[in-house]
Amino acid sequence: MSMPDKCDDAIAQLYEFLDGELDDAARARIEAHLRECSPCLEAFDFEADLRRIVSSRCRDRVPEELRERIRGLLQPSD
Amino acid sequence: MNSAAQACPTLARMADPSTFADDAMPFMDALYTAALRMTRNSADAEDLVQETYLRAFRGYGRFEEGTNLRAWLYRILTNTFINSYRSKQRRPDESDLADVEDLYLYRRLGGLESSQRGRSAEDELMDLVTDGEVKAAVEALPERFRMPVLLADIEGFAYKEIAEILDVPIGTVMSRLHRGRKALQKALWDFAAERRLLPTPSAAGAATDDPGR
Repeated sequence: MSMPDKCDDAIAQLYEFLDGELDDAARARIEAHLRECSPCLEAFDFEADLRRIVSSRCRDRVPEELRERIRGLLQPSD
Repeated sequence: MNSAAQACPTLARMADPSTFADDAMPFMDALYTAALRMTRNSADAEDLVQETYLRAFRGYGRFEEGTNLRAWLYRILTNTFINSYRSKQRRPDESDLADVEDLYLYRRLGGLESSQRGRSAEDELMDLVTDGEVKAAVEALPERFRMPVLLADIEGFAYKEIAEILDVPIGTVMSRLHRGRKALQKALWDFAAERRLLPTPSAAGAATDDPGR
């Protein structure tokens, strides 16, 4: 069964849902929809996976010389 | 110094400068990652991180213990970037973003998934783009969209914290995040599509290391 209005509402709030920024009532409404709508669930899972991948692939490490240089600069002056 | 703080209880909750290095050094990799995405080059990113730590160190007496040290450091990083480095950027960053439909990448990868049954969407995504392409896609966003995307998706800050770090209203954070994320998806797709059209990458191309990273 398709639920275009509920699906549109869910997709419109997808980012706020994944960001943990919805209040309890709105969150519960979306969770209920995702339990009965596998296309939306799949899309939400995809967006959550994408977020994890972007985050994990965007990591850099400070060059060791810089870390040591900064450590040296942060000595209390007393 | 200590006795003065004890004599004045309202000051006693301010941070102790002698603990600054121990408290703040653990955030250095994350701050450097953000600095690279902001400045788009490693020399400026190193200077920016160093200046951020020095400013934070000097101001640590004003940092209130119990508030969010990580968010405070990002705020200093962002302000330092805006005041000292942005003017040096070659590309003026006033460009806007084209409108991109919701679920841009998902809708394009959907067909691909069904043709390769048994693979998860996460596997597809992992193969779709390289680390370098993800970084390049983030760096290609105009600055006012790049900063909220960086702070939310890579650093995991809440909307309210991002609003405070960037000094803009929460509604602005939300709309820039929304548009920035969709543009990021399109950039990732464009990278992947471009690579699929090309012949297998040559060994010569793969061997050339980017000296900036």
